[in-house]
Parts: sequence; structure tokens; C-alpha cells
Amino acid sequence: MGEQGMAVVLFPTTQMAIRAEQLFRAEGIQAKLIPTPRHLSSACGLALRFSSAQSERVRRLLEGAHIPYGDICEL
Amino acid sequence: MHPPARVRLAGLAGRCYNHGLFWDAKVGSPMIYFDNAASGWPKPPEVLQAMAHFMERVGANPGRSGHRLAVEAARIVYEAREGLAKLFGVADPLRIVFGLNATEALNLALAGLLMPGDHVITSSMEHNSVMRPLRALESRGVIVSIVHCTPEGGLDPRAIEAEIRPTTRLIALIHASNVVGTLMPVAEVGRIARRHSLLFLVDAAQTAGAYPIDVEAGAIDLLAFTGHKALLGPQGTGGLYIGPRIDTAELHPLLRGGTGSRSEEEQQPDFLPDRYESGTLNGVGLAGLATGVRYLLGVGVAAVRAHEVALTRQLLEGLERIPGVVVYGTRDAERQTATVSFNVEGMEPSEVGLRLDEEFEVMCRVGLHCSPGAHRTIGTYPAGTVRWSLGYLSTAAEVDAALDALETIVRRR
Repeated sequence: MGEQGMAVVLFPTTQMAIRAEQLFRAEGIQAKLIPTPRHLSSACGLALRFSSAQSERVRRLLEGAHIPYGDICEL
Repeated sequence: MHPPARVRLAGLAGRCYNHGLFWDAKVGSPMIYFDNAASGWPKPPEVLQAMAHFMERVGANPGRSGHRLAVEAARIVYEAREGLAKLFGVADPLRIVFGLNATEALNLALAGLLMPGDHVITSSMEHNSVMRPLRALESRGVIVSIVHCTPEGGLDPRAIEAEIRPTTRLIALIHASNVVGTLMPVAEVGRIARRHSLLFLVDAAQTAGAYPIDVEAGAIDLLAFTGHKALLGPQGTGGLYIGPRIDTAELHPLLRGGTGSRSEEEQQPDFLPDRYESGTLNGVGLAGLATGVRYLLGVGVAAVRAHEVALTRQLLEGLERIPGVVVYGTRDAERQTATVSFNVEGMEPSEVGLRLDEEFEVMCRVGLHCSPGAHRTIGTYPAGTVRWSLGYLSTAAEVDAALDALETIVRRR
């Protein structure tokens, strides 16, 4: 996946990122776990990268499942 | 419903349960392991394979780096969380935090929650993993009430309700006795806790994996479990379910340290599971536990329970037929786990246990089972009892052979 048209969602901790990845997969949203890009956060941990066209859906899913997340950032 | 054929074959004449070197060493052995309440054994071979796979192919830290091996380790840990969440009816797997065992989880729940002046109600059947932390907290100003149970180890929920005071914060209850297997009225006590806006802690060391548990139906706020008994995982795994009625600001962690999250901050994170999981987790152990739980979900806890009820009934009926054997507890397979305590008139429990092991290779635990209060309740303090505790991988042939062994010991006494 190139960076063009992609977004990442940041999570406070790895296990939340994996929980979200499973949720996305169940909803048919392609997402890849990546280390949190340094320029987006100083925190260690994982982020999920997905197509930015899905940003609103991703936001709704995370809120519906009460999964805490940091920011959703366009790359 | 029975265990898979290859497991059922494991019996007296020679164990066909032959996977890997360890199992090869046991072929031909008439060994009978009736000490599953202390640690479940044997484990399904998949559990051992998952642990070997983790050591050989994964190995990385499950909560730190972002490379593929770390992510794989984190997925394995998540699978353990998710499996347990399914097993216990928990909606959010991140509400399950891992630690070493049920004892650590119970210490976290009790010491993390109770402050001087708080009142806690518990039963006379508790294990030392609850009683010792409570006695230590008592010396620091926590007020402890102990509700007396019946000689069968049973509890009247109304006796719990009668102890409630304005300062009561928590009810802590063992789900099933580790001495006599008696099941406690968890759902009734949970309803009482809810009605009085109290928190409810359940010690599921003896039941998780062997008896259906639903944290919603039981109104359970904190559920302590161990991985190495009926959950079929290895020793050194266990944890605590922390329900949504628990304010994490009011549940203090036992340990603080690195979590792989919020590394820029010197304060412990306030979110689950990191708040209660400082330091590297037992990744290899959780790989085994994840697989043990997957195995259980495949079989179904109801099937495990049905198998264990059938074996317990067979065992109780067999014990009743041997003159001079006194059985404790409910003596009703439906009202207890597959743990049975008994004594032989005129013999010390330790002598019975030694002869079972040395002459018949029947392994069990004798004495007080870390539960002096339970033995006082059933009238067997201080000598204790002989305890036979069966598991899902125990067989009817093993029960018959162990009964024959006991009958021989009793006859020759």
C-alpha cells in the first residue's frame, strides 16, 4: 500500500489496535497494523493504516465499539 | 459428549495419548493423576505445540515493538483475551488483564480496591489466596466479615445479605470449594450485591473452564481465574476480569512499570489492560492458554461439565460402597465440581495419599489444601482430607482403577 490516499488511526496501546483490526476485518475494511509513525505521535505502540475514504466509517465503528483511539490522520 | 477418542483411550493398560517425547515416556504407565484442582494435567497436545511454536517462531515481546514478530506475539496474547472473553460472556476482551495466577488476580482485586474503613464480606470456605490478603488488609483497617457455611460447604445467600452495613464495599466469594467442590450460589449473591450497590468478586480458580460462567448473568464485577487448571493452559498464566462498574482510578495496580504505551509519561496509564499489565507478559504461557481456551470453546464447557458430572457421580457411588470411607461435601455430582474429599476411618490422610502414590500410582493431594477455614467448616481440621480432583481428560477407567486401589488399601489397613 502506498501512502497516497491513506490514513492512520492511532491507539494508546497495542491490544486496542489489534481489537480494532479484528473489528475492521469483520466489517470488510482493509487495514494494516504499522508502528506508530514518529511524526504523528511520540508514543510507542501500533497504528492501523487504511484508505482515507473509509475515515468516517472507521470513526463510527470505533465509537460504536467503545474502543479508545487517538487521532485519525491523513498521510 | 466425551473427550476425543485418543484421549478416552488413555487409561490403565497403557496411555495411547502419545504425542512427543514426554508422552512416549508415559506409555505403559498405569499412572492416575487425580490432582487437577492443584494443577490440570495432562494438557491437550495442541497446547504444547502452541508453546513450542511461540518459542521457536515468535518469541518477541507482545506489547512493545511494532515489527512483525512483536505484532504476531501481540495477536497471540489478544487471542487468549478474546477466547476468555467468549468463555465468560465478556463483551470487551480488553477488560481481561493477565497476570501469574488467580492468587495475583485476587491480590490485585482485594488490595487494589479496599481502603481502611471499607467493609468486605466473604465466606468460611475461602482459599488462603483470599483469606491471607484479607487478614493483611484487616491489620491496615479494612473490616472483614466471614459468613459461616454449612458442613457440606454450602452458603445461604441470606447470610451474606444479613452482614451488609453502610460501609460494605465488596463481597468476595469462591465459586466452588477447592476442598469439597461445593458450588456457591454465585448468581444469587451477585443479585444481592447489585441490589445493595456493592462490588462482587468471584474466585473462579476451580471453575473457569469446568463450569459455565457468565459475568453478566452472575452480576460479577471482578472474576479471578487461573490458566493452568480447567482452562488447560500452563502454569504462570491467570488474570482478572474487570467489569464496567469498576472505576479504574479506584482499583490500584499491584505493579507499576513499562507497558509499551504512553512511554513519554512517568505516570501509570489509566486504561485497560495496560494499567494492570506492567512488565513483559508471559507470552509463551499465554500462547498455551489461548490454545487451551480455543480447545475448550471447541468442545464446549457444557460438554466438559457433563463429562465431569458423570465421572464425579461414578466416583461418589464407588466411594459410598467402600466401608470405612467417609465422604465430605454435597455428595451430589450436580451440586459440586469434580473435586471430592474423603477420609478412611483409622488412617491419616497422609498415609492414604502415600500408599495411593507408592503402591498404585494414584496421585492426589492430602491435608488442608491451603484452606484451613474450609476444613474447619466441614469438620476436618486439622488433619484434613484425601482429595481426588478429576479433570476433563480423566476417564471412567481411571475412576474404577483408583476406587479398586482405595478399596485394597482400606481392606489391608
